[in-house]
Amino acid sequence: MTDGRTLRRILTAFGILVAAWLVVPTLIVVPISFSGQDSFAFPPSSWGLQHYVTFFTEASWLNALLVSLQLAVIVTVVATVLGTAAAFALARTSLPGAGAVNGLFLAPLIVPGIVVAIAVYATFLNWGLIGTPTGFVLAHTVLALPFVVVNVGASLRGFDRTLERAAASLGASSWATFRQVTLPVIRPGVASGALFAFVTSFDEVVVSLFIQSPQLQTLPVRMFTSVTNEVDPTIAAASTVVLVVSTVLLGLTGLTRRSKSRA
Amino acid sequence: MPDRTDGASIRVESLTKTFREGTAPAVDAIDLDVRSGEFMTLLGPSGSGKTTTLNMVAGFEEVTSGRILLDGDDIARLPPYRRNLGMVFQSYALFPHMTAAENIAFPLRQRKVSKAEIARRVHETLDLVQLGGHGDRLPSQLSGGQQQRVALARAVVFSPRALLLDEPLGALDKKLRETLQLQIARLHSELGITFVFVTHDQEEALALSDRIAVFRDGRIEQVGTPFELYEAPVSRFVATFLGDSNIFAGTVRDGLLDTGGATLHCQGPDGRGALVVRPERMTLHGDDRDRPAGANQLGAEVTDVVYQGAFRRVLVRFDDGTPGLVRDSSSDVSVAVGDRVRVSWPAATGVVVPDDAAADSSDATVGDGVAA
Repeated sequence: MTDGRTLRRILTAFGILVAAWLVVPTLIVVPISFSGQDSFAFPPSSWGLQHYVTFFTEASWLNALLVSLQLAVIVTVVATVLGTAAAFALARTSLPGAGAVNGLFLAPLIVPGIVVAIAVYATFLNWGLIGTPTGFVLAHTVLALPFVVVNVGASLRGFDRTLERAAASLGASSWATFRQVTLPVIRPGVASGALFAFVTSFDEVVVSLFIQSPQLQTLPVRMFTSVTNEVDPTIAAASTVVLVVSTVLLGLTGLTRRSKSRA
Repeated sequence: MPDRTDGASIRVESLTKTFREGTAPAVDAIDLDVRSGEFMTLLGPSGSGKTTTLNMVAGFEEVTSGRILLDGDDIARLPPYRRNLGMVFQSYALFPHMTAAENIAFPLRQRKVSKAEIARRVHETLDLVQLGGHGDRLPSQLSGGQQQRVALARAVVFSPRALLLDEPLGALDKKLRETLQLQIARLHSELGITFVFVTHDQEEALALSDRIAVFRDGRIEQVGTPFELYEAPVSRFVATFLGDSNIFAGTVRDGLLDTGGATLHCQGPDGRGALVVRPERMTLHGDDRDRPAGANQLGAEVTDVVYQGAFRRVLVRFDDGTPGLVRDSSSDVSVAVGDRVRVSWPAATGVVVPDDAAADSSDATVGDGVAA
């Protein structure tokens, strides 16, 4: 059995190495964000919170953060509702060409982002949606939809429809059944779909670059312009904030799932 | 405990279900009368239409044509949630995100019953199925048998006038099945409501039912009490599906059946026919000397002997070539494979049915009667 143990140790070490390789470069921004100097020097020679102060007080950064948060919330709601409805339609009806429709829903995942961005840009120019909140919501919802459709669809495929028959036999109308039985059972799928939708919108940069205006910038766009036009370590603070938001959200879904299986 | 109510009568009139146009109907114009408070079993092999019939009564399958009368009112077009029928599923179908008590409370919540009343009835119904103290468990924390008892409790807590059960014991092991059979029988007598029970297990059907409807290819072959079905089957199919049978096919003339190799006494109309004799009605004789007067008797060769404790199953080949089975509970006669024996039975114990040879395959004749 020593052979097995050695092998397991090697595998564990290898796993840690890969994890470090994936995570450490990202984490570099965290110490830099707490640097006391106006530089990207790593490791920082002094410590301070000045980059965070700049990030949360300077209008261009703070506005971009608020825009991104609001946008992500709206996109999450719209994409979750539409995506859940679409997943139901795909899973529950035998439409001719359901496979093709399913493929179309996944298209934003597969088509290169730059192609989507150019297409969206051309269309929005015609429609006068460049730099408008509606334009951002529309574009991000399209990008977020596949995640909701895929996650909810997977939950629905694993859902035992006998439960709905049982609910009906017990006196629950279709709506009551959906609210009290179907939705609670597939909730983990809906929740992870919603989370992915939020993160997709919150992190999206390519399409946003094309449809932004000086008045309406998302945080990733602001970060992108910061990197290309300025030398400003505030971006390290911005990156850390984005990192924390994404990680906390992921951790939250993990937590809700665990408490569910324990309850 | 759910209030005791009078069970509903369920009357099904020329009920038909065709799943796809141009295909044979899954349920073909059946008529069935389930009396108030009766335990009616729909028995048949898979694909015979029994579950489709139950699903139409429950409202899960749309009716192609025909009527379903619940106490005289046609419910065939009513959505399932308005039918007020309890239903128990083979897969339990408990809501996984609710505790046992919440599951049982579910139908009461739909009916806007007050909180205090819900608590009282959930408590009583949990006791009724002997699960008092398990109310706060999630279905995943209960055994299969316990889950099915919660499902039973949930299906009766709102005092439905009939309970539909779709192979409720199918997923349980034999020992648990027997325990739950008793519990279902007790529920039936305590609640007084009508039970419609679907199964493919003939023993279960015989043990539980007031009456049994035997399904075959979307039609009802025979409806009757377990005794009637066992003692007076109307067809080879019913005879072979319920219990074991010896079947002698031939031509009847003046109370004598000519199998082409033997002549047997029987009671039936002239013409082609099949004589059905139950294995426990037959007696084995080791030699020619002791033969009861007025009885049918045939020579046979023993092809297999299965010792089962209280009795032996002796498989034979009668001299006319018919394969047969004798259930022998005396151990006076020693038999071994290859032995010559004589088999006798009182002429009055056989039943002549139409000789519908397609109804069974040769192995079903001496099989254990349960279609897989």
